[in-house]
Amino acid sequence: MAGTAALAAVVALSACGAKTNSGSTSDKAAQADTSGDTIKVGLLNSLSGTMAISEVTVRDSLKLAIDEINASGGVLGKKIKPISEDGASDWPTFAEKASKLIKEDRVAATFGCWTSASRKAVKPVFEKNRSLLFYPVQYEGLEESPYIFYTGATTNQQIVPALDYLKSQGKKKIYLVGSDYVFPRTANKEIKAYAKANGMTVLGEDYAPLGSTEFSTIANKVKASKADAVFNTLNGDSNVAFFKEYKSAGLTATRMPVVSVSIAEEEVKSIGSQYLAGQLTAWNYYQTTPGAANTTFVKAYKAKYGQDKPTSDPMEAAYTSVYLWKAMVEKAKSFDPEKVKAASDGITFEAPEGKVTVDGASQHIYKTARIGKVGTDGLIQEVWNSGKPIKPDPFLKGYSWASGLS
Amino acid sequence: MTVILGQMFTGVSIGAVLLLIALGLSLTFGQMNVINMAHGEFIMAGAYTTYVLQKSIAGAGLSLIVALPVAFLVSGALGALLEWLLIRRLYLRPLDTLLVTWGVSLMLQQLARDIFGAPNVQTRAPDVLTGNITVIGGDDPLTFASSRLFILGLAVAAVVALSLTLRLTPLGRRIRAVVQNRDLAEVSGISTGRVDLTAFFIGSGLAGIAGVALTLVGPIGPTMGTNVIIDAFLVIVVGGIGQLKGSVIVAFVLGVLQSVLEYSTTVSVAKVLVLVAIVAFLQWRPQGLYTVRTRSLV
Amino acid sequence: MTTTTPQVPSVKQLRSPKGRLTFLRPAAGFAAAAVALFAVAPLALSDFRLGLLAKYLCTAMVAVGICLAWGRGGLLTLGQGVFFGLGGYAMAMHLKIADAGPGQVPDFMQLYGTATELPWWWRPFANPVFALAATVLLPMAVAAILGSFVFRRRVKGAYFAILSQALAAAFAIWLVGQQATTGGTNGLTDIQGFFGYDLDDPVNQRMVYFVIATVLLLLIALARQLIHSRYGELLVAVRDSEERVRFLGYNPANVKLVAYVVAAGMAGLAGALFVPAVGIISPALIGIVPSIELVIGAAVGGRASLVGAVLGAIAVAWARTALSEEFPAAWTYFQGLLFIVALAFLPGGLASLVGIVRRRRASRAPEGEAA
Repeated sequence: MAGTAALAAVVALSACGAKTNSGSTSDKAAQADTSGDTIKVGLLNSLSGTMAISEVTVRDSLKLAIDEINASGGVLGKKIKPISEDGASDWPTFAEKASKLIKEDRVAATFGCWTSASRKAVKPVFEKNRSLLFYPVQYEGLEESPYIFYTGATTNQQIVPALDYLKSQGKKKIYLVGSDYVFPRTANKEIKAYAKANGMTVLGEDYAPLGSTEFSTIANKVKASKADAVFNTLNGDSNVAFFKEYKSAGLTATRMPVVSVSIAEEEVKSIGSQYLAGQLTAWNYYQTTPGAANTTFVKAYKAKYGQDKPTSDPMEAAYTSVYLWKAMVEKAKSFDPEKVKAASDGITFEAPEGKVTVDGASQHIYKTARIGKVGTDGLIQEVWNSGKPIKPDPFLKGYSWASGLS
Repeated sequence: MTVILGQMFTGVSIGAVLLLIALGLSLTFGQMNVINMAHGEFIMAGAYTTYVLQKSIAGAGLSLIVALPVAFLVSGALGALLEWLLIRRLYLRPLDTLLVTWGVSLMLQQLARDIFGAPNVQTRAPDVLTGNITVIGGDDPLTFASSRLFILGLAVAAVVALSLTLRLTPLGRRIRAVVQNRDLAEVSGISTGRVDLTAFFIGSGLAGIAGVALTLVGPIGPTMGTNVIIDAFLVIVVGGIGQLKGSVIVAFVLGVLQSVLEYSTTVSVAKVLVLVAIVAFLQWRPQGLYTVRTRSLV
Repeated sequence: MTTTTPQVPSVKQLRSPKGRLTFLRPAAGFAAAAVALFAVAPLALSDFRLGLLAKYLCTAMVAVGICLAWGRGGLLTLGQGVFFGLGGYAMAMHLKIADAGPGQVPDFMQLYGTATELPWWWRPFANPVFALAATVLLPMAVAAILGSFVFRRRVKGAYFAILSQALAAAFAIWLVGQQATTGGTNGLTDIQGFFGYDLDDPVNQRMVYFVIATVLLLLIALARQLIHSRYGELLVAVRDSEERVRFLGYNPANVKLVAYVVAAGMAGLAGALFVPAVGIISPALIGIVPSIELVIGAAVGGRASLVGAVLGAIAVAWARTALSEEFPAAWTYFQGLLFIVALAFLPGGLASLVGIVRRRRASRAPEGEAA
């Protein structure tokens, strides 16, 4: 094993990199490739595995926005060339593909990710390489990465308004049902803090593993609790099983409404209005949201992907994110992430959900909260909105009840 | 009291679902020793069959009834094709069947995604199967979900049909003969190749029926099979390979255990406890609940 | 019904004929591998691709263990994800504590937990020596306890395979459920440093690669020694006929246990080195699916041949990256097809191709098998 000693020597020789505490942050930010008449952007979504049911539609929506922008001349005179990668519903794969997009393809920005777990996995990759990620899904807040723009809702634009709505409807006793991962657990922590400060009681709290499809016991527990309403943070497949079981247990929207934060038009379509009619959802956008921008968006989406395809909040946030990036780049007159970031504050866009404004400090956007009710036709009709876009507050600093959370 | 009875019923109904998804495996895995990971995708095929039929047949009730035999044929045909193309080469290597059919399962999932789209699809259940039946009225009524009762009935019917087929028909005799002693069956004039094909057809067909039943309680999408496949294998392993009665008992015991633990703890804890209980049980009875005595050394 | 694999060299074939060639061949193989890993790859590949290669090499380490336990011992270890995860979490826990600094708790605990101090079972991992030892010894201990029960009760074949999967599923679900102390579904992410070296620095990433490549070569050498020892022959004998070995006066349970425990230790080490290479460990790497994928690499390459298993694991991991980059929406077709073709039609894996070709080409030469 003389070779081993030689190898060890090689290892020792090569071990001369920076120490963690040396403070010398390597200045190795990956440069976006701005040569040529196209500019590359990354689309990072799960196209296989359990999350594909949701993420494929986001990818479709991103492609629609890119096609539209290219048709109208591109960004800074360059056509956008999307490079799609499959995150495969697997967080380390997300990290690998993010590196690939940044280092090998040298994209100017990346759009995508859905679950909080995938975002947490890619966050260090984008930060270390100083490249931008546009994240289009509502999430649990408590995060501000300098290299991520959050175009979905943070908690004070979705969950807090939903709780306010329940309170205004006189629902005092609530039951929490969620998937076992970061978003529901963190959201429920916030909900419990809210309930405590607002005279509401949380009767129970149940989590099912992601992908779990056996909900008869949880439905029994919810039924036995005699709550006024259920706050549902289940994700993906589990919702289908939960609502089928909910109806079988004899629970109805009039008797015990369920407010869901992860059920949009696409999910309604796969669960069936048979089971969902009358239930509540909390989002910032519905296919039925009024406005010229939305009419155009819905029409364009259906023309491209089929008349039976609905549009939903995450799809809209993804679509909007591409236009926001375009506006930032044009204001900065550069694809350089630092300059784009610097130009981001105050950028506005007439999005399908209404006017949105980028808050440069938190890199979230001002969004209007909307509570909707599922109709028998499978569409969601708005029953309440916040009137004006709400300033993003990811750490809930403006809410006294949330002081102990982070 | 009603809570306890309700939970018992829930347990039995979870058991019925487990039994239905595992029943086909009792033939392909239990009798033929093939670890078919694509069994979950045959369940998926059954569910998509229901979806396709519902697009052409208007009534939800009628399409569900029609879907049962059609799904049996569709999944059965897929299974027979798999047996004919691949499994045939692997009877001497049962553990390899696991890896090969894993590849098949990956391809079938992607195929479903390309044909039906990545998002889940929806089927309408007949109205009678979305409600419940009140068993004990009053303030705190005891109700049984009608979809669950339907699945329970279906599971019982499928078990009876399968065991009668195995016990009483010439085909059943041939299957048992091949399982017990392949060489002797062959010299007695049984075409073992054809028996294998038929047994695989029936086993996979049963997965199709399970798929139809799952449309009443769960999602219909490309990954629905992977959600249930391991549970199905556990039922067969714990029940004892090659023993129908073992699988039946174990399915219901696991169902009740899961629902009771879930009610008193959480879903995750219950799942972990059930899995640990299974591992412990196999320490006690390494060959499962019921064993077939054979002279084989392995 | 027997579970033997055809085309796997038997005990007799393994005993090489005396001669200089057989002595030189493994040495030459090692030299070639060392040149490829230490000179060619670092020069030919970009930092990003070298990082990916480091990841593939980690799966190859697991494959070395699988070759021993499955290829040689006939134990289809479908739960290697558990051991990989134990090693990975042991390492990641230490690195997270080190990142947080003295007196602080890791970032995710501040977010999701109410914990202001480390849970008791985290504390020992603050010690680097303990953590490093745990990456190997913890998986080995778990495997020893589990294996001593399972093998003594003669659980085998499909039972053992399904049981391993149940354990992998249970471990992954448990980790997900303990969000406050394990990071839940997210796992442990955003690992900054590796024993004082900043993982952000490409030079240090290279260092990690060299460490991984060295460890892999050492593990291969270790496995080779084991396979060619008396014990290695006994292991193959147990695989081919457990009863006969028992009649000869050996306890097959112990023979299997050793292979199982060694394989677990290798998987643990692989998991531990995966953490600095990729910067994340999560339950997604532990459950049933990753456990199957670990085994498939070895099977595609040739489970009974060390070289085959290692190259197979690297090839399958590489194919996954390459195919998914080329066909992001359809790569699983190709991946599935690869598994089917390789396993259904080449029972001995790609390694058996070498044997087939060699046998055909040189029917004069009587012996042509090499591990």
